[in-house]
Amino acid sequence: MQPFQYQRPADAAGAVATVAETDGAVFLGGGTNLVDLMKLGVEAPGLLVDVTRLPMNRIERAGGGGLRIGAGVRNSDLAADPRVRAEYPVLAQALLAGASGQLRNMATVGGNLLQRTRCLYFQDVTKPCNKRRPGSGCPARTGDHRNLAILGGSQQCIATHPSDMAVALAALDAVVHVEGAAGERTMSLDELYRLPGDQPDRDTTLARSDLITAVELPPPGFARRSAYRKVRDRASYAFAVTSVAAALDVADGQVRDVRLAVGAVAPVPWRARRAEQALLGRPATEDAFRSAVDAELAAAAPLRHNAFKVPLVSNVVTAVLSQLAGSAA
Amino acid sequence: MGLVRTTEPATSVVRLRVNGETHVLTLDNRTTLLDALRETIGLTGSKKGCDHGQCGACTVLVDGRRANSCLLFAVAAQDAEITTVEGLAEPDGTLHPLQQAFVDRDALQCGYCTPGQICSAAGVLAEAAAGWPSAVSAARRTGPGVLDAGAGAPAVLDAAEVRERMSGNLCRCGAYVNIVAAILDVAATTGEETG
Repeated sequence: MQPFQYQRPADAAGAVATVAETDGAVFLGGGTNLVDLMKLGVEAPGLLVDVTRLPMNRIERAGGGGLRIGAGVRNSDLAADPRVRAEYPVLAQALLAGASGQLRNMATVGGNLLQRTRCLYFQDVTKPCNKRRPGSGCPARTGDHRNLAILGGSQQCIATHPSDMAVALAALDAVVHVEGAAGERTMSLDELYRLPGDQPDRDTTLARSDLITAVELPPPGFARRSAYRKVRDRASYAFAVTSVAAALDVADGQVRDVRLAVGAVAPVPWRARRAEQALLGRPATEDAFRSAVDAELAAAAPLRHNAFKVPLVSNVVTAVLSQLAGSAA
Repeated sequence: MGLVRTTEPATSVVRLRVNGETHVLTLDNRTTLLDALRETIGLTGSKKGCDHGQCGACTVLVDGRRANSCLLFAVAAQDAEITTVEGLAEPDGTLHPLQQAFVDRDALQCGYCTPGQICSAAGVLAEAAAGWPSAVSAARRTGPGVLDAGAGAPAVLDAAEVRERMSGNLCRCGAYVNIVAAILDVAATTGEETG
C-alpha cells in the first residue's frame, strides 16, 4: 500500500477545501470499500480526509414530512430507524440485505453511494480494466461476466453498481445533497450516477472534492407499500445477482403509481422508467407486470454468461409487484 | 499548495483505548487496527483471516459495536473504546457467558474464527436487545408492503435469526450448528438485559 497522510477536518467546508487543493486527496468514510481497494492497489490516495467525525450523522424530519439522512449515518443505524422501517420499508430491507452486521456498523450512507464495482477485473491490478486504467481494455466481455451488466453498459465497460441501498433510494426518488468548492447543490440519483460510455473511469458526475453531506427522502406516500427483494448466490452476506426495489399504488384494481428500480444489472442503480410508464393506469395483474418489465428488458444486451439475468429480472420483478398488488387488496 | 507525494511512510501518534487500557503508539498510517492490536500491542486473539472484510475473523467491538478491524485504520480508531476477545472475560478469569457457551457446546474445531465469532455474537446480542432488525426479522414482520410494527421492541433470536445476523463470520471447519446453539444458549439466559 502507498503511504498516505491522514487528517480529521473541522467541518465539511474545510474537508472540501482540503481535498480540492491537495493532489491525491480523498474522503474517508467507513472505509469498508476504500481501505480494501487501497490494500489491492486499486486506489493509492496520498491523503485521507476522514469525514466520519463531521456532524453528518443525524436522521431528521425534512420539510413536508420527508426524511433527511446525514451522509455519515451508518447503514445499521439507518436500517434500525423506526421511521425508515415504518415509512420506507424498501429502504430498511435493502440495507439489511447488504453486507454483514459488522460492515453495516461501519459503512456510511455517503460511502455506500460512492462504492466501486466489485467486477473481478477492476479489483485485480494485474489485469486490464478500462474503469481502473482507461484504454487498457476490458477482459470481462469474453471472460468472467456472469454478474456484470445487461443494461446500460458500453463496449468499454459492463461493470455493475454493487449497492443495495442505492437501488431503494433510486426507487424512492431520493435527493442527494452535495457540498463542493462552489457551494451546496442537490441532485437526483439519475444526476449523480453516469453510464460508462467511453469514460468508464467516472462512476459519477461528482468532482473529486465534492462531498455528499446528506440524502433526502420525499414524504413517504405510497412508499409505505414497498419492498426490496434480493437474489444472490448464498442466503446472506453476498452481493446481488439481481435485486428489485418497488413501490406500488393500486386503486380499483388499476396501477395508480409505481416506482421500480433494479440492482446488479447495470453500471448504475437501474430505474425502470419504461416499465413504470407501461404500468400506469393498467390493471394490476401479473400479466401486466410481466409485459411491463419485459418492455424494460427489450433494451438488454446480455452476454453469454449473464443472459440468465434477463428472465431472472423478469421473474423477480413480476413476483415482487404481484406480491405488492396482493397486499394492497 | 498541494501535498508533496512522499515515499516516506506517513506516521501518526495514535491513542488507542483497548480493553480499558490506553496505548499511545507511533504508527504508520497504513496500520490497520487489526495489525496494531496483534503486532504492536501484542493482543493476538483477533485473527487475520482474509484481511479484506470477507471472513469476520478480525471482528472486535468499537464503541460497543462489532466491526471488521482489518478494514479500519488504527489512526481512524483513535479515541474509540475497543474491546477484543481478551477483554471479554472477568479480571479473575471467569469466562464471558459466550466464551463459556462456546466451550460447553464445543462450538469450534480449529478455533481460528472463534474470537471473531464470539465478539460478533456479543454484538448480535446487544443489537437484538436494542431492537435492531435483520433481513430475517424484517421479512417476517413486514412482508411486502406491510408496515414494520416491531420497531423498538427487542428482537427475539431463534436459529434463523442467529444465522442471518452472524453471516459475516465464516467458519471453514463448519462448526456453525454448535455456534448457533451456543449463542442461543446465552440469548436465552440473558435475554433482553444483554448488552
